[in-house]
Amino acid sequence: MAKTVVIDPVTRIEGHAKISIYLDDAGEVEDARFHVVEFRGFEKFCEGRPMFEMAGITARICGICPVSHLLAAAKTGDKILAVQVPPAGEKLRRMMNLAQLTQSHALSFFHLSSPDFLLGWDSDPAKRNVFGLIAADPDLARAGIRLRQFGQTVIELLGARKIHAAWAVPGGVRSPLSQEGLEWIKDRLPEARQTTELALNLLKRLLDSDLASEVDIFGKFPSLFMGLVAPNGNWEHYGGHLRFIDSDGNIVADGLSEDNYQDYLGEAVENWSYLKFPYYKPLGYPDGIYRVGPLARLNVCDQIGTPDADRELREFRDRAGSRVATSSFFYHYARLVEIMACIEAIEALVEDPDITSSRVRADAGINNLEGVGVSEAPRGTLFHHYKVNENGLIQKVNLIIATGQNNLAMNKTVTQIAKHYIHGNEIPEGLLNRVEAGIRCFDPCLSCSTHAVGQMPLHIELLKPDGTIVDEVYRN
Amino acid sequence: MEKIRFATVWLAGCSGCHMSFLDLDEWLIELSEKVEVVYSPVGCDLKEYPENVDVCLVEGGIANEDNLELIKQVRSRTKLLISFGDCAVTANVPAMRNMLGSTDHVLKRCYLELGDFTPQLPREPGIVPELLERVSPVHEVVDVDIFMPGCPPSSDRIKATLAPLVEGKMPKMEGREMIKFG
Ligand code: SF4
Repeated sequence: MAKTVVIDPVTRIEGHAKISIYLDDAGEVEDARFHVVEFRGFEKFCEGRPMFEMAGITARICGICPVSHLLAAAKTGDKILAVQVPPAGEKLRRMMNLAQLTQSHALSFFHLSSPDFLLGWDSDPAKRNVFGLIAADPDLARAGIRLRQFGQTVIELLGARKIHAAWAVPGGVRSPLSQEGLEWIKDRLPEARQTTELALNLLKRLLDSDLASEVDIFGKFPSLFMGLVAPNGNWEHYGGHLRFIDSDGNIVADGLSEDNYQDYLGEAVENWSYLKFPYYKPLGYPDGIYRVGPLARLNVCDQIGTPDADRELREFRDRAGSRVATSSFFYHYARLVEIMACIEAIEALVEDPDITSSRVRADAGINNLEGVGVSEAPRGTLFHHYKVNENGLIQKVNLIIATGQNNLAMNKTVTQIAKHYIHGNEIPEGLLNRVEAGIRCFDPCLSCSTHAVGQMPLHIELLKPDGTIVDEVYRN
Repeated sequence: MEKIRFATVWLAGCSGCHMSFLDLDEWLIELSEKVEVVYSPVGCDLKEYPENVDVCLVEGGIANEDNLELIKQVRSRTKLLISFGDCAVTANVPAMRNMLGSTDHVLKRCYLELGDFTPQLPREPGIVPELLERVSPVHEVVDVDIFMPGCPPSSDRIKATLAPLVEGKMPKMEGREMIKFG
């Protein structure tokens, strides 16, 4: 009998999701789908609110990466005010984003994913979690907890709270960094660096041994990659422009501005998920599959631009066996390399004379009625697009969220893993855990991802229970 | 002393309250000596909410059919249910859609409004849960034992609530430190 196995809920990810695995009569996997099952509707209910509230409201899209929404909202506001942010304001915003990348990546690695690596895919599901890690390796757990704490505390020192600090505003930031805060950051940087090295060494050791085979099975396939790069092609998380590359490392498009993202990004809808399916428009749907996030950022950049992170990037590329890493399993590795990049960038910022300057904000009224802001969230590129009226009240909102852009790739990854491991109708829990772990590679943030409204082309398939297409609707 | 059976669930929220829980940082290590985490989206792989849970933190409002089903199950299997954060206590940000009336507005805007095609919303029965017409705070649907507001509640407030509970005492939810919104 053909049957469907549903994993519900997918755990150790951030948000609500299920996975369906479709088996044929012989118990072989025909297909697998990743369903996102939450929806809140921000774009609609933000209409009519003052533009200055957008940072505070959109931060509540996601408690893991509120800083990304804060920055994207502030950058969109910069354009609507038509102001230039003072240098100290930009550097402080950068510092907060670096801290957020650090805390979020530490959470993904230590709290959510390492239990699979260290306790085992097939270990007791009641213990295969951060509390199990605390019991099994308290020193490592403590180090990971403190690395996340470092990032969260830098955010708090800047914005007065760890989660939902309404601190970045159109024109800059609300308050400077205190001398005391600066000293705290300097004091804790060496430990943060040490833990990052520890994690890198640990993961590399596992890649050489226990996790060697996962690299080929967990979502290894060609796709495009997109991310911000600096004007000189270096790794970037806040400014610069967008670049697409393919799996061979060819630059497909470069120097793209966020302002006209609708020219190159489209979004498709499937009826089985609240999460839409963005794609690179010139290649169409679904051929325009692209990946964003840590793996993409390391793939699109020429280099990182700081010594230790660059050394790690070279080794990362060596281990990938090619200029572009195509295995989704390498997201885990890319996250750790990025933490190193963040620590080095924070090390440079704490020595920057601007960093305690009090000139942090430019003030202006509404000078443009439309703006698009972009930032690199931990999970990838985030776009905010607002239209306002003369009084700065929001007329239209569009949000393109990082995780959504990995939707096609996440589906491909779970299908690949399911097809590899699952044969026959008896499916051990550990195998299902591996399928879920395919999703954990992407560290998706589903709180974020289901709020984007597209004025985008849509593609809808109506399927019979046996999966055959009854009807297809396209809209351009 | 026997370990307290502890759970956390998230409904319609942003996971910020759970992140604030993780901001307990090293106190989590102490906590793990006193509680057994039996269900939690961030801290446990078990898929079924178990029986005989002593304490459960509930983040988020009730926004869809899955939330509704889960909260009823949680209530019937939990001794002490804590409404955890402003979304659980007041429905907060997710309830901003209530002002628009029916769910059609948010859904149509998102998936249909701009198109000229056969209406087709994400709605696979049994998989993609239907939205409820209104987002409700938890206590409108089931009884709540402790209200812990905040968006999110700070980790200090979470600690001040949980520390007495794991010793078998009730926390005092009084004063600005404990019951301020936002
Ligand atoms: S109360 Fe605030 S932090 Fe908690 S889930 Fe709701 S929006 Fe997020």
